[in-house]
Amino acid sequence: MSSILEVKDLTKKYEDFVAVKGISFDIREGEIFSLLGPNGAGKTTTISMLSTLYTPSGGDALIGGHSVTKEPMAVRQIIGVVPQELALYEDLSARENLNFWGQMYNLGGKALKLRIDEILEQIGLTDKADQRVKTYSGGMKRRVNIGVGLLHKPRLLFMDEPTVGIDPQSRRAILDTVIALNKQGMSVLYTTHYMEEAAELSSRVGIIDHGELIALGTQKELTEQVGQAETLLLHVDENQQPEKLAAALKGLAGVNQVDLTDHTVAVITPGAEEILASVVAKASEIGMKIRSIEIREPNLEAVFLHLTGRALRD
Amino acid sequence: MKKIFLIGLKDLRIVFRDRPALLLILLAPFVLTLGMGFITGRFTGSKSGLSDIPVIIVNQDKAQLGNALVDAFNSTELSTLVKTTEVDDPAAARRSIDQNQAAAAVIIPAGFSINTLSDNPTQPLKIEVYTNPTSPTGSGIIQTIVEEFLGRVEIGRVAGQVTVTQLVTTGLVSPQEAGKIGSAIGLQQATSDVPPVIGLKTASSGQASQDFDILAYLAPGMALMFLMYTVSYGGRSLLAELKQGTLPRLLVSPTSATQVLGGKVLGVYLTGVAQMSILILASTLLFHLKWGDPLGVTVLVLAAVFGATGWGMLLTSMVRTPAQMGGLGSTLMLIFGILGGSFISLNNMPPFIQAISKITPNSWGLDGFTTLALGGSLADIGLPLMALFLMGALLFVAAVVVFNRRGLLQN
Repeated sequence: MSSILEVKDLTKKYEDFVAVKGISFDIREGEIFSLLGPNGAGKTTTISMLSTLYTPSGGDALIGGHSVTKEPMAVRQIIGVVPQELALYEDLSARENLNFWGQMYNLGGKALKLRIDEILEQIGLTDKADQRVKTYSGGMKRRVNIGVGLLHKPRLLFMDEPTVGIDPQSRRAILDTVIALNKQGMSVLYTTHYMEEAAELSSRVGIIDHGELIALGTQKELTEQVGQAETLLLHVDENQQPEKLAAALKGLAGVNQVDLTDHTVAVITPGAEEILASVVAKASEIGMKIRSIEIREPNLEAVFLHLTGRALRD
Repeated sequence: MKKIFLIGLKDLRIVFRDRPALLLILLAPFVLTLGMGFITGRFTGSKSGLSDIPVIIVNQDKAQLGNALVDAFNSTELSTLVKTTEVDDPAAARRSIDQNQAAAAVIIPAGFSINTLSDNPTQPLKIEVYTNPTSPTGSGIIQTIVEEFLGRVEIGRVAGQVTVTQLVTTGLVSPQEAGKIGSAIGLQQATSDVPPVIGLKTASSGQASQDFDILAYLAPGMALMFLMYTVSYGGRSLLAELKQGTLPRLLVSPTSATQVLGGKVLGVYLTGVAQMSILILASTLLFHLKWGDPLGVTVLVLAAVFGATGWGMLLTSMVRTPAQMGGLGSTLMLIFGILGGSFISLNNMPPFIQAISKITPNSWGLDGFTTLALGGSLADIGLPLMALFLMGALLFVAAVVVFNRRGLLQN
């Protein structure tokens, strides 16, 4: 599959401070790629350079074969941008906003009118299209903000933390919209500091911290890359002796490590499902009653923690 | 070019939906014009606003100078400007003023003539002008008339003394006759066929003299002053767009920085033109104000807004936040309003202020509007038009240079 975006050694310096340190990655046609990192990691600066708002201090990026530094106008025709902050005219209605921004993307006439109706339908605001944006809830404003970015049917959509500060229902609606757009063939670069969003949406994830791309790959590749195994959590009743169970499980085949916390025994293993039966049998053999069992898969949060020594939201 | 118009029209639409801004852009100049119109008496039914100023005269002197002052107030030259009523009781006159029945009372004390014209006045007697604080312009004019009269009396008195001294020295009159002759000369100087004590004449160079409506000065003065608010509001909108993210969003659309800046400038310009047009239309319809040659007025509005927009853009390029722009814009509005003659005619200002005023669009604009209101045509306002267009162009170039230096519109 060909790449819609190829980033090569992209760098942004502000005097002595380097906000983005020579990052390289690509996004394939039809892919959702997430850039995951904490606040201040360099995600917005990266999107600002890719969307031609900021001039890179070094490196370049090709979008649809056009250089962001040399052919910014050609790049802008291909991309759509949904900024982190709401970028709307609050004294205009949703329809007037969409009409204005559509004209800025060289749309007009009947085609624009039809496209606006489509977008309003898509973001669920057809009924309130003629109300001024300032009367909308935060979630509704977010949806209009996204709608503006979709007007000209971009091949590559940049979404910069689109779910920050909104209610769970609106967040769900936005994630569903991203999935639906991707199904229609749109490539998406999605930045977030929510591990769950990156995990749910993306085929590949880049983890960025202090302006550096510290890991890149599918979720599976990332977790394997840092050697994360699955964790089998065995919860026992208070009148049981978990230390006895922990000792019994230590010599079992497929068990890497056994940890004990209160009345929970954590078994670290490359394959939790494979050893589950033998673990239950061993517990039964020593007369131990297990109250519940939980399998925890390795996740991006753990990867970030492993790579940086900090939690994503630190 | 199309996008420049689209951005400009969008800004115009947003301004007309911003109620607080509309209050300052349209209502404030209108209300101030209305208020100043009332102060000057424009709405009391008179034609010019400076006529029929009610004045009460108490002539207790009943002698040469007292009578001369009464005659001056009743002269043909002042017949349209003041409307006199004579009473005998000073207390009654003051009461009438307290009851807001006239702009001022002029009380000439008994013995004023004898005392003033004598060789050795015992104690100077003073004419009292009892003014009505609710009619500052009218009472100010009465005060000026009296001061002018007294000045003339003083000149006559001194002239009489000098003449008599010369006559006595040369032996042409005897010292015994000196007092009588001196009084006669002084009195003649002060009261005889002198030019009118004070007169009002409005005229424009090369034009036939015609009546001038005071509102034709006040209305453009206020409109031009609040035009400065409008252009600073427009500049503030550019900085606000930068802050709220719509400007960066415009700059990542297929729209060039030149188109964005051009559109923002056009938005400011269109708002200014709309403001001036509405104020002109409203004052014409409601106050029956004659602005003069329509073509001249149209071109002058376009030029004045252009000059003011230049200032607005230069300020915008120099400040960092919408709040800074708001403060600076309001300050500049007031300074330019004062310097430009929106409150006080520039003719009453020192020459150096008159020179400084030329940096303001208000001053040139007022020049033009006054000329047109006095019957001038487009051809007569060539200089203000040229100055305003040149001012706008120079300031716009300066603004672009500063914008580029600051990298406000990077791409």
